[in-house]
Amino acid sequence: MSKKKKKATVEEAVYTKPLIKRRKPNRSIAGDIALYIFLIIVACIMAFPIVYAVSAALKPLDELFKFPPRVFAQHPTLDNFSDLFVTMGKSWVTFSRYLFNTAFITFAGTAGHLIIASMAAFVLAKYQFPGNQGFFKLVTVAMMFTGYVTQIPNYMLLNKLGWIDTYWAIIIPAFASPMGLFLMKQFMEGLPTALIEAAKIDGANEWKVFSGIVMPNVKPAWMTLIIFSVQGLWNNRASTFIYSEEKKTLVFALQQIQAGGIARTGQGAAVLVVVMIVPIAIFIFSESQILETMASSGLKD
Amino acid sequence: MREFFQKYFKMRAHDAKVAVKKMKRSKMCYLFLAPYAILFCMFFVYPVVASIWYSFTYYNILEAPRFLGLQNYISLILEDEIFLTSIKNTLMIALFTGPLGYIMSFLFAWLINELPRWIRSVAVVVFYAPSIAGNCYVIFSVFFRGDAYGYANAFLMSTGLIDKPILWLVNPQYMLPICMAVILWMSLGTGFLSFVAGLQGIDGSQYEAGYMDGVKNRWQELWYITLPNMKPMLMFGAVMSITQAFSVCDVTMALCGYPSTDYAARTIVTHLFDYGFSRFEMGYACAIATILFLMMILCNKAIQSLLRRVGT
Repeated sequence: MSKKKKKATVEEAVYTKPLIKRRKPNRSIAGDIALYIFLIIVACIMAFPIVYAVSAALKPLDELFKFPPRVFAQHPTLDNFSDLFVTMGKSWVTFSRYLFNTAFITFAGTAGHLIIASMAAFVLAKYQFPGNQGFFKLVTVAMMFTGYVTQIPNYMLLNKLGWIDTYWAIIIPAFASPMGLFLMKQFMEGLPTALIEAAKIDGANEWKVFSGIVMPNVKPAWMTLIIFSVQGLWNNRASTFIYSEEKKTLVFALQQIQAGGIARTGQGAAVLVVVMIVPIAIFIFSESQILETMASSGLKD
Repeated sequence: MREFFQKYFKMRAHDAKVAVKKMKRSKMCYLFLAPYAILFCMFFVYPVVASIWYSFTYYNILEAPRFLGLQNYISLILEDEIFLTSIKNTLMIALFTGPLGYIMSFLFAWLINELPRWIRSVAVVVFYAPSIAGNCYVIFSVFFRGDAYGYANAFLMSTGLIDKPILWLVNPQYMLPICMAVILWMSLGTGFLSFVAGLQGIDGSQYEAGYMDGVKNRWQELWYITLPNMKPMLMFGAVMSITQAFSVCDVTMALCGYPSTDYAARTIVTHLFDYGFSRFEMGYACAIATILFLMMILCNKAIQSLLRRVGT
């Protein structure tokens, strides 16, 4: 597979070079330069708050309250982070417990979502059966409104099931996220049907086709589902569903520290960095796979 | 006549038999679909239906729901002034940040499309990062702090434009614009990724053909070739930005407080939180949720029919 790809890219490189040269006449140099300058300015504006958040976390306390305020730390330290761990260490629920809560919720929710949504996406994309189209339309409609609309009946339902104040209140609803099913289904439609038929002739049943042939071939879509799910669950404060201190998520605990007022300003800045670093890091590592999946994300009529 | 009916019922029965047979043959499919379908119905379909039902009742969780008819809606629209403020705020935010964020997503995806590969992937990270950076928007409360230590105030005071600090996040005059700016900053989300990916997937030979037919500059190229090719992604992006634009609440709650001064930064969702989770008037809160739901669905349908005309 990879050999073929390499060959194709080599051929493409030979083939596309003249194309790019011939596209040039459509572009004026002045326009190009102006656009690039514009892009750079906007990129700086977009990046500034995040860069600032990181630099604020590195500032010692006296610099945080300097007048006039500066953007970059003059004497960067990691004091804020160590302070944060000291504060967390003193709370009666340990830091590792909060971390475990969030990690467990994120991991279980993402794994379940990946398996359940892929199973549904597989049959929706590759089989014809009564109710197929209708169900998928329903899922796309579900993408059109926010979770806030359904929050109150959701709470009552979870309450009836007895899941309030357990991890399941966050994990199980995350399984059914419509976005993951949508992206997975669109991506699976691009798989050649011949692949599946060949496996069936060889005597594989549906489950074997799914686990042995379809799933290994949609790895880019896995990554996409994983990042969207992790992003949602990692940042989930879960404050309405979980109220026992020992089950609270890391983000919630960190925000409690952040709300501690002016004495915690330095630690608050460190909290911001800790919270945002995970989704951004995952995105950076899986960017190419995510873009590959998103290429088939279009909503057809 | 009898014969006709007999024939008709025979045919119906036959159709039903065929459907049942088909369903039996695709039993595997239903088994695969079942786990997702059950959870989806539990957490997405049922709550919407339940929310519509509760919106016609008075329900405070302790007592059984009491049927009220349209009373909740009537008092929402005629008596609840704060709700009207919240609708006004939500619509203002949605009308401003929705289309602008959507256009920005497309514009930047399109502009970075022709950059060399590695610069492009850096640019995608830079533009996309704000929307996944957790609660990083809290940092704006430092920029717009009400005292002289805030960056905006410090800057304006050092240039001499103002002589005393402005209470950016307490003064109703400045709240909404600041929230809108922050939301715009975060608006390059999933739709943006979809656009970036879609633009890379467009077949280069179409541009070649376009040049032969006399496409002169990048704007003509955009309208006649790029946009029609991007239609499915445009639809997807529209769904994403509408959903985002109507569900603003985190940013306003974090920056302007909850409740905010004079309710100047109250949105429909924060109003929903107020009635649902502070006052436990679930029926009333469900009426708010239903109105929000209808607004979002209708807006989506309208935008989709508009987008179908792109490039034609």
